[in-house]
Amino acid sequence: MITVTFTPNLQRHVLSPPRELQADTVANALHQIFAENPALAGYILDDQHRLRKNIAVFIDGTLIQDRNTLSDSLQPSSDVQVLQALSGG
Amino acid sequence: MNETVHIGTRKGLFQFTRTAPGQWQRNETVFLGDPVTMVLTDPRTGDRYAGLNHGHFGVKLHAARAGTSEWKEIGTPAFPKVEDGDGPTVELIWELVTGGDDEPGTLWAGTIPGGLFKSTDNGESWRLIDALWQKPEREKWFGGGYDKPGIHSICVHPHDSNTIRLAISCGGVWESTNGGETWQQTGQGLRAAFMPPELAYDPVSQDPHRMVQCAASPDHLWIQHHNGIFRSEDGGHNWTEITDVSPSVFGFAVAVHPTQPDTAWFVPAIKDEHRIPVDAQLVVTRTRDGGKTFETLTRGLPEEPAYDLIYRHSLDIDDGGDLLAFGSTTGNLWVSEDQGDHWQCLSKHLPPINVVRFDL
Repeated sequence: MITVTFTPNLQRHVLSPPRELQADTVANALHQIFAENPALAGYILDDQHRLRKNIAVFIDGTLIQDRNTLSDSLQPSSDVQVLQALSGG
Repeated sequence: MNETVHIGTRKGLFQFTRTAPGQWQRNETVFLGDPVTMVLTDPRTGDRYAGLNHGHFGVKLHAARAGTSEWKEIGTPAFPKVEDGDGPTVELIWELVTGGDDEPGTLWAGTIPGGLFKSTDNGESWRLIDALWQKPEREKWFGGGYDKPGIHSICVHPHDSNTIRLAISCGGVWESTNGGETWQQTGQGLRAAFMPPELAYDPVSQDPHRMVQCAASPDHLWIQHHNGIFRSEDGGHNWTEITDVSPSVFGFAVAVHPTQPDTAWFVPAIKDEHRIPVDAQLVVTRTRDGGKTFETLTRGLPEEPAYDLIYRHSLDIDDGGDLLAFGSTTGNLWVSEDQGDHWQCLSKHLPPINVVRFDL
């Protein structure tokens, strides 16, 4: 199973628990989660359904390449982490 | 009595209520730690709204419905998805106003980039006003301060809800007389010294920092422009520049009296790269004669050097016309109960202030 976890900083804004699922791409994994939890989508994706510019997604410790359509492939047991890029403030 | 002023800051929404003359009580603080860029209380319903910018997690809109203190996330204005994936995304809710009394549920929002959005269900859902977004002139809009242009002032005519006037930094002044179906550029007479001389009066090149209308006489509008102070008496079609104002014609904020269109307030600063009070003396200027003369108001404002800047939405007047409030980027908040003759500092320790609004 693929495990998807979200930065704990999201928790105070929107429900975003870890999730286990089966998917072949990051897009597929996230869309499954957003279908169940639509409010979460707007925190991760922008109006054009791209990854928000200060959100980072790692697959097994490697930053994804396709921030626009999230087509990066997953392995059957990949660990997907949705994190926030650091910024000031 | 019991007027409430809402203070949207970089670190939350603060609220002060007037409990007696000269007495202001701080009440609930919400969204502590989150940037609040816009606030609105709908006088038709009592519903309250707050626009947030979570940075990493994007822009959100929350509402506390009348009679409740519980804030809930509602629909957020968003640009339609375009096929090539290179379309815009809302980066800031920069203006939020109600529609007319004959349009229950209608709200208007202005954003960066320069989208105008309308809701007809009390903010639960929004749609882009495509007629404005598709105007060819929009290609000439440009950012002023922010990288992208934005709509920061929306004036809905209180006697004719279909007449809507906008001010855009930088894109000048626009008007619709049919509820947003079509738009025309107005703003003749606005002058942009920052443009090449041949384009100084080009209406689309203007940077009106803030535009407000007199509620009782809505064809009378004031603009605090990047280039100075301007006044219109014909609904924003033609503007007169007011140049003889001490200590400065530069600033961001303007407030107009709700029933006296000749009376308006400004908070002047040094232009362009400085953006601090002239001679480090924070003052408010007031005209009561349509800009022919101005008074400099100082009672209760800092005597020591001050470096406060007042953003465009951070000066407001209540619907009675006596209470004024303004807040600064250094987290100071002042109120006046006598149209600016005297000021009282309510806090010196708030986060940087984005927006100050009374309940109407």
